[in-house]
Amino acid sequence: MTDPADPIRLPDAPAPRSMAEPALTYLRFLRRAIALAFQGSWRFFAWMIVLSAIALVGMNAWGHQLLRGMQVTDLSDHVSWGLYIANFTFGVGLAAGAVMMVIPAYLYDDHDMHDVVIIGELLAIAAIVVCMGFVIVDMGRPDRLWHILPGIGRFHWPVSMLTWDVVVLNGYFLLNLHIAGYLLYQRYLGRRPKRRWYLPFVFLSIFWAISIHTVTAFLYQGLGGRPFWNSALLAPRFIATAFISGPAFVIIVLEVVRRYSSMKIGDGPSETLARVMRITVLLNLFMLASELFTALYTGGAHASAVRYLFFGAHGHHGLVPYIWTAVTLNVASAILLHLPRSRADRRWLLAACACAFVGVYLEKGMGLIVPAFIPSTLHELVEYAPSMTEWKVSAGIWAFGLMVLTVAIKIGLSVWTGRLTAQESAPEARA
Amino acid sequence: MTAPTRRVALKVLGGTLGAGAFAYAAQPIARWAAGVSLEETLRRHYKELTREELAQILRHIEAQTHETYGVEVQVRDLPPQEGVSFGYALNLSLCIGCRKCAEACHVENNHDRRTNNSYIRVLEMEQGSFDMERGQVDYDHTVPAPGKYYMPVQCHQCDNAPCVSVCPVEATWKERDGVVVVDYDWCIGCRYCEAACPYHARRFNWSKPEIPAAEINPDQGYLSNRIRPQGVVEKCTFCLHRTRRGQLPACLEACPTGARVFGNLLDPDSDLRWVLEHKRVYVLKEELGTKPRFFYFFDV
Repeated sequence: MTDPADPIRLPDAPAPRSMAEPALTYLRFLRRAIALAFQGSWRFFAWMIVLSAIALVGMNAWGHQLLRGMQVTDLSDHVSWGLYIANFTFGVGLAAGAVMMVIPAYLYDDHDMHDVVIIGELLAIAAIVVCMGFVIVDMGRPDRLWHILPGIGRFHWPVSMLTWDVVVLNGYFLLNLHIAGYLLYQRYLGRRPKRRWYLPFVFLSIFWAISIHTVTAFLYQGLGGRPFWNSALLAPRFIATAFISGPAFVIIVLEVVRRYSSMKIGDGPSETLARVMRITVLLNLFMLASELFTALYTGGAHASAVRYLFFGAHGHHGLVPYIWTAVTLNVASAILLHLPRSRADRRWLLAACACAFVGVYLEKGMGLIVPAFIPSTLHELVEYAPSMTEWKVSAGIWAFGLMVLTVAIKIGLSVWTGRLTAQESAPEARA
Repeated sequence: MTAPTRRVALKVLGGTLGAGAFAYAAQPIARWAAGVSLEETLRRHYKELTREELAQILRHIEAQTHETYGVEVQVRDLPPQEGVSFGYALNLSLCIGCRKCAEACHVENNHDRRTNNSYIRVLEMEQGSFDMERGQVDYDHTVPAPGKYYMPVQCHQCDNAPCVSVCPVEATWKERDGVVVVDYDWCIGCRYCEAACPYHARRFNWSKPEIPAAEINPDQGYLSNRIRPQGVVEKCTFCLHRTRRGQLPACLEACPTGARVFGNLLDPDSDLRWVLEHKRVYVLKEELGTKPRFFYFFDV
């Protein structure tokens, strides 16, 4: 991007010796990038082995679910969506939240953020991979996935909000894949990236990030039969929580990168993200209070899901621990972020981020998806607690997502810091 | 041994162990994939099938059922009749909550025996209240109980059906005679329709339905009561395999009090039209704008 002083810059358009040469160079880049996934310190290997093991346990559990059917989950015709869709929803927020690095970097010309924005783009890619994983394991018939492909299957667009979600999630995935891939490859070649090949996509991706979470909220809030979701506040709350969990996760990732790689990262990016969170945590608590007031002051049947969620109903209290843990963590993160200590001492900031991340995860997952089904549409109260299979599969998908993220960041930073370039590898090709 | 060779040896060892672990973990997926029939996976949507292709599929399903259960069944695809638009009305003054309708549905529609599944749920409501919150479905006493009335709920075959709108793959749609059907061979099992339905009318096949061979109803419809595959959604079809050839729904035939009135909304001489014109009729959750074809009325 903005590094005119790049000493190893190649001419803008080197004449290819044959038509195949650019393709070969690109394949060589991919091969060397993938090779990086199998090199590293003992810490890297330990981390990847642990994640692989969890991912395999998850894959195995999913296999059993495929064989025996979704009876191995705790889902029922009363609570027909649970942990998987909860994780999916949270994952979409995480993907959208990554845009909080892109906006300062490109819209407000924040140079510190510009240096690390690639991490946000890679996070978006990994988060979408996680989302797709959760959608697939929630399907009763993943073998019929092709039915939802536009043009090949029968794509019920524009009526079904789920088809909109397919469009925006895949679009966001491709946008970020292109942006991150293009910038990294140009850096690898030692060329200055051409603005017309990435800037329009970057700006599109900003709108797109908002759209993925808005569409995901519309998926739920458009259902008139589920009063708990059928609120105009759902989409704004989704966006607010995305801009809590996304920045919180990135601050933690930046700290890991700072500690375990040679990349120099100042305090600027983390502080910018913390400033975003200082607003969004309060906004989210405010909207939560507004929803609680509406439900509880009005009362009646429309409030029964909220009452069940926060206080339990008819002797059933399954979600009460989840939601109060979430509220406690969200309030704690708001307090921590506003203490002056969180500016001075990075450990306080990291603690605030951990609280915020887990708080939003619980609130938006189990606290948002499950209560819409309890009581059911005929007002029966059937509870839900994820089964061991569901926990295993979910852990497996997150582990796989973290593997994707780790490898992506490892490759990204190697290129970014100039350790992986076309120069050193190509004497035989360029001679 | 020098450091690089030790490194290589460790990597080879790790790679081998990893590949072994992967192969072991993937076993159930491989077993599942082996059981997936390519013909069924590539089967087209019901609306895209020619009559010949459909006939072939019907014979295939019959042969498969024979192979699995040893039972001769007939799977038909009866089209909607011209000039017929089905509606259903239920007299709450007569219903005594005996749940014979739910039982008949269970038998007629080849439901899973283990879960005692049925498309009908009967709510025991408190006299003087429409609040379903105060209703009970799992009552277990002599009926009718004093101070109670009973409200069976099944698919309302809505004209503005949220379940049809939300389906991402058009696996569920409204037929010309008003019945909302599911193509069990096209449904991807996402259960968005189950989340969208305000009447708890849809069921998911959490496992392969279990039915003793002797209890299988051999009179089956492609879009209604044929034995469903695992992992897809199903629902009440007003027994279209019966009603499309002039029979009455199984739930109506089972009702001992005559509380159920089924008929053609377009026929001015039908009992159904008489009820709609002369009784005080209401539909459930009218405020949601779903436009049900299932009506409740009182005999006063």
